[in-house]
Amino acid sequence: MSAIAHPHDHSHGEAHEHHGPPRGITRWLYTTNHKDIGTMYLVFSCIMFFAGGSMAMMIRAELFEPGLQLFNPQFFNSLTTIHGLVMIFGAIMPAFVGLANWLIPMQIGAADMAFPRLNNWSFWLLVPASVLLISGFFVPGGAIASGWTLYPPLSIQQGISMDMSILAIHMMGASSIMGSINIITTILNMRAPGMTLMKMPMFVWAWLITAYLLIAVMPVLAGAITMLLFDRHFGTSFFNAAGGGDPTMFLHIFWFFGHPEVYIMILPAFGIVSQIIPAFARKPLFGYASMVYATASIAILSFIVWGHHMFTVGMPAAGNLFFMYATILIAVPTGVKVFNWISTMWRGSMTFETPMLFAIGFIFLFTIGGFSGLVLALAPVDITLHNTYYVVAHFHYVLVSGALFAIIGAVYFWLPKWTGNMYNETLGKWHFWLSMIGFNVLFFPQHFLGLAGMPRRIPDYALQFAEWNMISSIGAFIFGFTQLIFLYNVITTIRSGKPAEQKPWEGADSLEWTHLPTPAPYHTFEVQPVIK
Amino acid sequence: MSVPANDVALRNRDLMRKLLVVCGGMLAFAFAMVPMYRQICDAIGISQQRAVIAATSTQVDTSRDIKVELLASTAGLPWKFEALDRVVTLHPGELHTVRYQVVNTLGRAVTAQAVMSTAPALAMRYIEKQECFCFKTQTLQPGESREMPVVFRVKRDAPADLTTISLSYSFMEAPGGAT
Repeated sequence: MSAIAHPHDHSHGEAHEHHGPPRGITRWLYTTNHKDIGTMYLVFSCIMFFAGGSMAMMIRAELFEPGLQLFNPQFFNSLTTIHGLVMIFGAIMPAFVGLANWLIPMQIGAADMAFPRLNNWSFWLLVPASVLLISGFFVPGGAIASGWTLYPPLSIQQGISMDMSILAIHMMGASSIMGSINIITTILNMRAPGMTLMKMPMFVWAWLITAYLLIAVMPVLAGAITMLLFDRHFGTSFFNAAGGGDPTMFLHIFWFFGHPEVYIMILPAFGIVSQIIPAFARKPLFGYASMVYATASIAILSFIVWGHHMFTVGMPAAGNLFFMYATILIAVPTGVKVFNWISTMWRGSMTFETPMLFAIGFIFLFTIGGFSGLVLALAPVDITLHNTYYVVAHFHYVLVSGALFAIIGAVYFWLPKWTGNMYNETLGKWHFWLSMIGFNVLFFPQHFLGLAGMPRRIPDYALQFAEWNMISSIGAFIFGFTQLIFLYNVITTIRSGKPAEQKPWEGADSLEWTHLPTPAPYHTFEVQPVIK
Repeated sequence: MSVPANDVALRNRDLMRKLLVVCGGMLAFAFAMVPMYRQICDAIGISQQRAVIAATSTQVDTSRDIKVELLASTAGLPWKFEALDRVVTLHPGELHTVRYQVVNTLGRAVTAQAVMSTAPALAMRYIEKQECFCFKTQTLQPGESREMPVVFRVKRDAPADLTTISLSYSFMEAPGGAT
């Protein structure tokens, strides 16, 4: 970080190590600095994003035409499985944790995270975990091909790579739990004097709620995959029907984790967008308190809707109806948030720099994903759409144009604060518009494919699906290669970007913009500010 | 900050302990879902475990029924002898158990042998007995009562017009006592 040389850092006087981080690899191995760890998380998730993205390109290349061109079906299924796991546990979640590490201490006026060494350990667990997960491709039997949901009986039957993946998910889960404990403790105990809970920036609020979700459901996932492991190796029959177990029970346990998990991947995005929109609309966030309550409501409701992932397993009609109505209920707090963002922009003096473009793109496309979610929430409709491309289109609208667009927006928004350099606005705009076009060409036709009955997770398809699949693949290549613009833009910004202004965004009002120099020094808020 | 730094560290550790308890609780909850799941499925009657798939014999012809009437008589022997199941309906190939009861009303021990006959007589060759009190002589003490099973099936290849069989046992005193 070029931040070391900033004059503010020298005001502490004594010639101790506070003058800067140690050099070389040990700086990164041993660091307990929240900014270093945040950077590592972001770099890690960027690498995983491109790894998972390469797999997505391979998937779309195979689906470019009907028939089997490039891969055998088993390998294709491994690709979809590992693509999902890598993107969820390797790209989206670590990116949010990275942003949390960088931003939460600065936004609440704390010097660092509550448990810096634990923080280091949370990050470094991810590296061996991701190696374990991806190296499944190179062991006998190939990488797991059960889908990211690991449903038995497939997941009971697969080879050694399933054990490696289970261990990897355990490690990633442990990392998430430690990260969450750290975040909750930091937010609850280390806020600057005067920073009451209801004065916290929305990003901090969103992460506080997300961290609670994480510590509540990650242990449930750990339990589910432990049972899988026991069924595989220790002769238990939790899910093994031959021994009196029930594979459907795995679905219940998994989705009890799985549904809160999808909100874990979107709530921080809500927080980010709630920071970006007011900054570029030059108005305070509309309905701050209702945003907090809406976020909390979504989190609480997420625990009672898991059945909507499994309308087809033969639950009683009353069960299906309960899960259907509970799911539709979530549209209410989500709608509150969307309308609040729109109201924030209403009559604002808006400018459309890249972070704002991504934030508006988020609102637009995430809402489409929300609507297709409402369609899927209807039990009778879902029974025909279950496991079709409609579902694929839906969750990519909420995860790519939702979570990912927010993360990209956040990187553009805070990059000047982190590096002291300004990104290239022209390239940023190119990145946004090509992403926007590529994304919609990629995923919008998948709604049509799903409605026409094309199942997901297949390497080959009936001829009537050929045209939309080809269009979808073309969109995928546009979207995929566009992300290289992002990579180039970020790298050149770090290395040779123009120095950023002290406060590049006029309307930004959280502590890292108002109380800290740009770039942020290596150590910040060693004396906590007093918030009036 | 007004609170001393090590005080914050203490509060942090305290909170961490609480959050770890939550994690442990949720892990326990994941495992508690296993019995909960079974009980909820049982309670609402959709239990997969209850769907007992009994091993069914492929040797049973369920397409038709045969009525078997069970008769009992004695030949010159004053025993009380009767079939406890008077009429049974069974499928060809299906193994069936019926019970007979005999009481020795005489003032001495008697050894007797039961002899089976069927009507129509043709049916005899389609009756396959696995267990029968007629396989050996029965010795009853004075006043003794005994319940005796017959385990049998009607063979699958019994002709289609054989819809009713009368199965009759007749006890007669075995000369020379027990064999």
